[in-house]
Amino acid sequence: MVDFGGWEMPVQYSGIVEEHHAARTGAGVFDVSHMGEIEIRGPEAARLVNSVTTNDVARLVRGQAQYSAMLYEHGGFVDDILVHKVADDDYFLCVNAANQDKDYRHIAEHNAFDARVENAGPRYAQLAIQGPRALQTLQKLTHTPLAQIRYYHFVDDEVSGAPARIARTGYTGEVGFEIYMAPEQAPRLWDEILEAGAEFGVKPCGLGARNTLRLEAAMALYDHEIHASLTPWEAGLDWIVRLEKGDFIGRDALVKQKQRGLSRKLTGFEMRSRGIARDGYEAYVDGLPAGWVTSGSPSPTLNKNIGFCYLPAAHARIGQALHVLVRGQLVPAVTVPTPFYKRPQ
Amino acid sequence: MYPENYRYTKEHEWVRLEGDIATVGITDHAQKELGDIVYVDLPKPRIIVEQGKAMGSVESVKAVSEIYSPVSGEVVEANEALAAAPEKLNQNPHGEAWLVKIRVSRPAEVDALLSAADYRSFIGIGGQ
Repeated sequence: MVDFGGWEMPVQYSGIVEEHHAARTGAGVFDVSHMGEIEIRGPEAARLVNSVTTNDVARLVRGQAQYSAMLYEHGGFVDDILVHKVADDDYFLCVNAANQDKDYRHIAEHNAFDARVENAGPRYAQLAIQGPRALQTLQKLTHTPLAQIRYYHFVDDEVSGAPARIARTGYTGEVGFEIYMAPEQAPRLWDEILEAGAEFGVKPCGLGARNTLRLEAAMALYDHEIHASLTPWEAGLDWIVRLEKGDFIGRDALVKQKQRGLSRKLTGFEMRSRGIARDGYEAYVDGLPAGWVTSGSPSPTLNKNIGFCYLPAAHARIGQALHVLVRGQLVPAVTVPTPFYKRPQ
Repeated sequence: MYPENYRYTKEHEWVRLEGDIATVGITDHAQKELGDIVYVDLPKPRIIVEQGKAMGSVESVKAVSEIYSPVSGEVVEANEALAAAPEKLNQNPHGEAWLVKIRVSRPAEVDALLSAADYRSFIGIGGQ
C-alpha cells in the first residue's frame, strides 16, 4: 500500500460513507476555507464581470448569486465560479482554491474597466453546512431569518456575533448554506455549529464526502469534468452560458463550436458489474477506446458505482452501453440520466 | 495496536510467520487511511508471489491501492470471507481480516521487515 500522503485538508473525519449519510439525513459541516475569493468593485464592475464570465450578471439582484464560468478565448475553462452581487458596484466571486491566482490574473489582465480587483482569499474562511437539518442548526446561531434566504441568494449578517456572509448555496445537492467569515472567527464557529447540530446528527465532513456528495448531485469538479481543454457545451453547462448578453471572453469560440457541432459530451454512467471507474480510466464503446472517465466512485446513497465520462457525441445518449477499463479489465457500464441523486422535495 | 510478533512493511502490510506459513494482511494504519473498503482482490491459491510485487488490491470509496507481497512464496489460502464482507478490513485488519496465507520460499525475507516499533515510528506514532 503506497501513496497516502500529502493531505493538508481533512479527507475524512469519521469515514466518508458515514459523513456522506450524515449530510443526506442530518447535516454535514465542511471546512472549505481553501476556496478562493475575489472581489471586484467600481462603477463598471458589472461590465468587467460580464466580460470575463459566461453567465449574465445583469440578471442578478442585490443579494443574489449565480453559477458561472470563466473561459479562455478558445472556449476552454479557466474556472467555474460563483458570482455574488453585493451591490451594483460590488461583486464577490468564490473560485476554486487551486485556480485562485490564475483567476485573479485572468480578471486583472482583462480589466479594461478601471475596476478594483482584489485577491481576497486571505481575508475569508468558509464553512458550509449542508443537509436537511442545516437550516435548523444554523438558525440556532444567527438572528437572520434563514428560511427567507432563497436558493442562490445571500445576506450579510452575523453568525454567533461574528460578521458573516450567509449564502444559500452548496455543493452537495442538499439544502444548505455556505458561510464566509474572517479566518480568525472560523475555528470558534466550526465548534459552535457542530455543537448546535449535535442533537440533529450533524457531523464534520471532509473532502472525501464532499466529492461523493457532489458527484451524486452531478456537480462539476475542476480538473475533472471541466478544464482548459473543455468547453461549457461539452460539459453540459449550456445553462450558464448567455450568448445573448453580448461579448465575453470565449464567446466567439463557443459560437463556432455550436455551429460545427460537438465531437464529445460529458455523460453520466453507472457500472453494471463489479468495478469502480476512477478518474482517467478509459471508456470503450463497441470494443474500442472512445473516451475517458472524469470522476467515479461508489455512491453511498444509491448503492451503485457511478461516474462521469466524456464520450463521442453520437454515443452520449441515455442507455448507451459502454465499458470502463478497470486495471486491465473491461467492466460493463451504461449511461444514465443525471443528477444521479435528487433530494426528496 | 501493532502486535509485537508481527513484521511490517513500509507499504503497510503485516506478516505473521508460523513455521513456513506467513499470514499477511494490511495494517490498521492502512485501513484508516483508505477509509470505507468496498472491494478486496486477492491472489488465488497456488499463485506464486514475490516480495515487493503487487499481488492484489484493496479498494475503498476514496481510492484503490495495490497490495504488495511482503514475502516470496506460494499462496496457500485467500481469505474468501472478505469478498462478501470487505468492511471487516476496517474493523479487524490485524486479525479476522487477514488477506492471504503464503508458504514462504525465503524465510529470511521476513527478518528484514520492520519490527512493530520500527513500523510505529515509520507511521509517526513512535513511543506509543
